[in-house]
Amino acid sequence: MLTSGWVFVNNHRTVSSGQTSIFGSMHPCEGAKLEKGQPLTRFILKRLFAMPFLVLGIVTLAFLLTTVTKGDPLTAILSDRQLNDPEAVKAAMARWGLDRSLPERYFIYVRNLLSGDLGTSFVTRRPVLTDVLFRLPATLELVGAAMVIGSTIGISLGVLAAYFKNSWIDHLARLFALVGSSVPVFWMGLALLYVLSVKLGVVPGPGRLDPRASLPPTVTGFMTIDTLLAGEFKLFANALWHLLLPAFVLGWAVSGTISRLVRANMLEVLGREFILTARAKGAGELRVVIRHALRNTLVPTLTVISYSFAYLLTGAVLTETIFSWPGLGSYAVGAARALDFPAIIGVTLVGGIIFLLTNLITDIAYVIANPRVRLG
Amino acid sequence: MTDQSLPLARRLLVPYWLTLPMAIGLAIVLFWLLMVVLAPVVAPYDPLELVGRRLQPPSWQHWLGTDALGRDVLSRTLFGALHSIPIAVIVVVLAVSFGALLGALSGYIGGLFGSAIMRLVDVTLSFPPMLLAMAVAASLGPGLENAAIAMVIVWWPVYARLMRAQVLEVREREHVEAAIAAGASRPRILFKHILPLCWTPILISATMDLGQVILLAASLSFIGLGATPPTPEWGSMISDGAQQFYSWWVAFGPGVAILTVVLGFNFIGDGLHDYLDPRSE
Amino acid sequence: MNTPLFSVRDLRVGFLSRSLPLEAVRGIDLHVDHGEVLGIVGESGSGKSVGMLGSVSLLPPSAYVTGSARFQGQELVGLDRRSLQKLRGSRIAMIFQDPLSSLNPVTKVGTQIVEAIRLHDRKISKRDAMERAIELLELVAIPEPNRRVHQYPHEFSGGMRQRVMIAMAVANDPDLLIADEPTTALDVTVQAQIMEVLATLQKRLNLGLILITHDLGVLAGHADRVAVVYAGQVVEQASIDDLFANPKHPYTRGLIASIPNISEEKERLFSIEGAPPPLGRLPSGCAFNPRCTMAQDVCRNLDPQTTTDGAHSVACHFADDKEGACA
Repeated sequence: MLTSGWVFVNNHRTVSSGQTSIFGSMHPCEGAKLEKGQPLTRFILKRLFAMPFLVLGIVTLAFLLTTVTKGDPLTAILSDRQLNDPEAVKAAMARWGLDRSLPERYFIYVRNLLSGDLGTSFVTRRPVLTDVLFRLPATLELVGAAMVIGSTIGISLGVLAAYFKNSWIDHLARLFALVGSSVPVFWMGLALLYVLSVKLGVVPGPGRLDPRASLPPTVTGFMTIDTLLAGEFKLFANALWHLLLPAFVLGWAVSGTISRLVRANMLEVLGREFILTARAKGAGELRVVIRHALRNTLVPTLTVISYSFAYLLTGAVLTETIFSWPGLGSYAVGAARALDFPAIIGVTLVGGIIFLLTNLITDIAYVIANPRVRLG
Repeated sequence: MTDQSLPLARRLLVPYWLTLPMAIGLAIVLFWLLMVVLAPVVAPYDPLELVGRRLQPPSWQHWLGTDALGRDVLSRTLFGALHSIPIAVIVVVLAVSFGALLGALSGYIGGLFGSAIMRLVDVTLSFPPMLLAMAVAASLGPGLENAAIAMVIVWWPVYARLMRAQVLEVREREHVEAAIAAGASRPRILFKHILPLCWTPILISATMDLGQVILLAASLSFIGLGATPPTPEWGSMISDGAQQFYSWWVAFGPGVAILTVVLGFNFIGDGLHDYLDPRSE
Repeated sequence: MNTPLFSVRDLRVGFLSRSLPLEAVRGIDLHVDHGEVLGIVGESGSGKSVGMLGSVSLLPPSAYVTGSARFQGQELVGLDRRSLQKLRGSRIAMIFQDPLSSLNPVTKVGTQIVEAIRLHDRKISKRDAMERAIELLELVAIPEPNRRVHQYPHEFSGGMRQRVMIAMAVANDPDLLIADEPTTALDVTVQAQIMEVLATLQKRLNLGLILITHDLGVLAGHADRVAVVYAGQVVEQASIDDLFANPKHPYTRGLIASIPNISEEKERLFSIEGAPPPLGRLPSGCAFNPRCTMAQDVCRNLDPQTTTDGAHSVACHFADDKEGACA
């Protein structure tokens, strides 16, 4: 329970010490508070039991947001042009029950949600759910790549910093991580795009593919997968190439949290006696560090990485606009700029639910993966 | 542990918590705090006035160039402190007061009221913070005040949770039980005997959060939900710069400003963290 | 004269601290041969483990080692890392004090033994190595070795874990085994069992065994020779019988007097008053003088030279005062 407790006990610390990044704080939604002796099944059941209530809470909060918009609630649903159209106003009133009492409206809102109706975007004039599902793969692709880059950087820096504790390598690694979590991602994106793409030409410009390339048929919505499915290996390389810079910008931002945690855990593990045993066996330093020390920090590391998923999701909001990335983030920003309420609230709702699910899966996977917690 | 090797003079003059990062952090933050007050004196031009030709690269007249309207980027960046730092302080103060009050009440009174507050905390923290802030700010309409309200809504639960945990712990201490036994009233116990012991972690956490709030505010302004033009706010200046992509200097000043001030707060936070958490040694 | 299996000459180990280098081991001379058991005894902090770990470069980077430590004639101090890695675990094996923490908690016991085997024998297959691991567990008398190899360390008791450590140490048929307080963390009854296992293996494999302990009693019946270490120096060295029959250094006499003796049923254990000097705060003269009952002016001013009659060496100004001052 010792190492395990660390992540969660310190999660707030990690947050408050500003080790996250642009996405605001990294508060865990419901840190896994597995108590000593509590049976595993009861813990999981408890967490699963809380889920519907949290989802209901999220929906309620989203509903409340639709009611706080200034003036007529219709402005939250209809665009200015539609507001002057009596037909449209009447249809919207009926659909959302705006002429009824607040509780009734809440009920209608939930019913609409259950049938997948998140409203219609003013801007695209399509159902919000359709828009969201259409744009989700691009974001997931970016976030996935960012996670790979962020954890690679974070783990390597954390290991190096711990191994060379208090040397210049340690200081440099900490500074790099700290800069990553202090810089606004949208500005870092701009700066790197300008220097690396415009000035040096070593990375491609914004977008998911070379603008002259013909798109592969959309199957999954993931450009890297679709190009492979189409057998277009050059396009695949091009898609990867385009993914590199935005994913790096985003990954750098979370690498700070990861490297800090890895460093702390590595320092603790490297001081334990079994490390001496491994050296006494004749293991080389690389083997001692990777196979013996790092493996012992794996569980908390994987936990913080999967928590970072949700924060990357929000970081994508700010990165995508810079890189003309046609994902949820640029959709949300476009909606926010145009005050497209159904779209904003729809994205928030979906984001909240994704966030909740990843955290739930992380918590459960965490207790299952940790034999010491399990056998407690 | 006292370090014998340091010269005596250094040991006497430099307090032991003042590490190099801490000193750098304090210097940066102090600089920007001074700018909040001194920008009108120090800045070479009026931040709103059109003082030169449009999109001039950095020169002796305009050290950081001019923006798309011909305003001086350096002056706007310096004035930006006035529009970025106080708002962050206000947001954190409000979030702390609001969160700490509700958290303390929840921890002390408990029962249905207490758990209702904590469920509200849980739900709020279930949203990715940036998304929720965006949605709230958009619902309230653009503007710095609304962005501030949105940020308070996103941030108070953090302090509520922290405060509740503190109160629950302090409540069990002996001096509180003694006060109860002596017949002190409930509000008196809460305010006189419990709360004074709960503040330290909250205040530390709040100090550390300032940088993050500045980032969040800048992000909201960047997507057009915070400060409105022509306010020289750093986030919206970067947004201007994104539109003038090939004139890199437009976004350079405000970007460096955000980076340094947030880095400064993070250095201080790191220093405080190392100082307060002996495990990290 | 033959080169001994392992010999240490004027070995010094210091730690670089920011202020001044702190010497934990201040020039020790030791040697051990095939089939011989050398006991090293001293209070904790006397430098006995640090010296041995230092001789095989297993100390943190802040430590520096000077002097000489030869293994089968090969100098270990200053030897390159790769050659050291080849020796460690294959020719020179080690076991440590706390079996609870000296095994990797996230790796199966069998896998850890297999690793030790395969680190030094690239050609052996995983399957064969596992077979060997099972044999080794049998060798240290762990019941049901077939099942036990697939378990994690936390499924073993302390004594069983120490047996695993021993099995792992002898996996590559080493020449020298350094056991650093192998029984200190264990229950008294288990201690005897572990010592039995060690002694049996030592004879069977004709090991040179260095047994580091703070408890002279552990050495009785197991060690051939004993070196008594105080404040980073060997103060007395002799065959175990000679040492017990004729201790010359007052510190040794104190250690012998503090061995719990069931037959005498003493109410209170004798213990030497005071504590060993902290690193870098050595008294002038003989390091033991502040705690010594027979200390004279000369002890406070002059560090005694080691005198030897070939088999029994001692560093004390009054080594030949046959307990005169003590009685």
